[in-house]
Amino acid sequence: MTLAEITFYFLSVLTIVSAAAVVLSNKPITSILFLIFAFFCVASHFLLLSAEFLAFVQIIVYAGAIMVLFLFVVMLLNLNKNIEPYKPILFRTGAVICGGLLMLLIIGALKKTAGMDMVVVDEELLQTTIQAGKVKTLGKVLFDEYLLPFEVVSVLFLSAIVGAVILGKKDI
Amino acid sequence: MESIKHIIQHVPIEYYIVISAIMFSIGVAGVLLKRNAIILLMCIELMLNAANLLFVAVSAYTQDPSGQVFVFFVLVVAAAEVAVGLAIIVMLYRNFDSVNINMLDKLKW
Repeated sequence: MTLAEITFYFLSVLTIVSAAAVVLSNKPITSILFLIFAFFCVASHFLLLSAEFLAFVQIIVYAGAIMVLFLFVVMLLNLNKNIEPYKPILFRTGAVICGGLLMLLIIGALKKTAGMDMVVVDEELLQTTIQAGKVKTLGKVLFDEYLLPFEVVSVLFLSAIVGAVILGKKDI
Repeated sequence: MESIKHIIQHVPIEYYIVISAIMFSIGVAGVLLKRNAIILLMCIELMLNAANLLFVAVSAYTQDPSGQVFVFFVLVVAAAEVAVGLAIIVMLYRNFDSVNINMLDKLKW
């Protein structure tokens, strides 16, 4: 076992445990903190896969911006109390079984997808993989092949800003 | 940057599929279990992150940067979704004095 492998297994366990803790914890603040931790774990996974740019964007955007928004809302509105109504054990077991079945379905569906068995470990191709995560390559692909989606996404963002402001105002 | 070599050589891509499937189903189970609107939004974020992880893994294993560009778009959509979603939650709290989504059953038949 190499160090990279050990890191992979360790990170995977940490990711799944913190993701489960998001759902299982009672108070919203604890959930939010566990979710931030899960995002950091996913960012480390990205680093391990040599997607450096995305790892840092993940930390800055997700852990930095989105989760601060969550924390703001919870703390400003003073929502840190458990409001879950009592649900019968049958209901909870049903939800967990649904989740487990969905997991099996996803694994079964994706396992035999075309292209998954084409993993090559060629030295030259490995260089391509390492380059793929670099800002230079990503920028070229983003502004060359995906220029139109990029512009559309900026319009989407603008509409989201306007929508959030209008929804947040007390009276227009 | 030697880590990627060991990962691709020793960790089959199925492992990444399993991890992201587990993360995604935890998110789904959370949506089914919880009634707090904020936690529901967080579970959706968890599901988006599971998809992102699989995108990056497949992108790294097949040497194609397009997957990472898609993650970028998913990130942007998630940010927009959270902004609007939290605005809706603030509205909900202002009108009902609670963030329990059982309050919103007017469209239920």
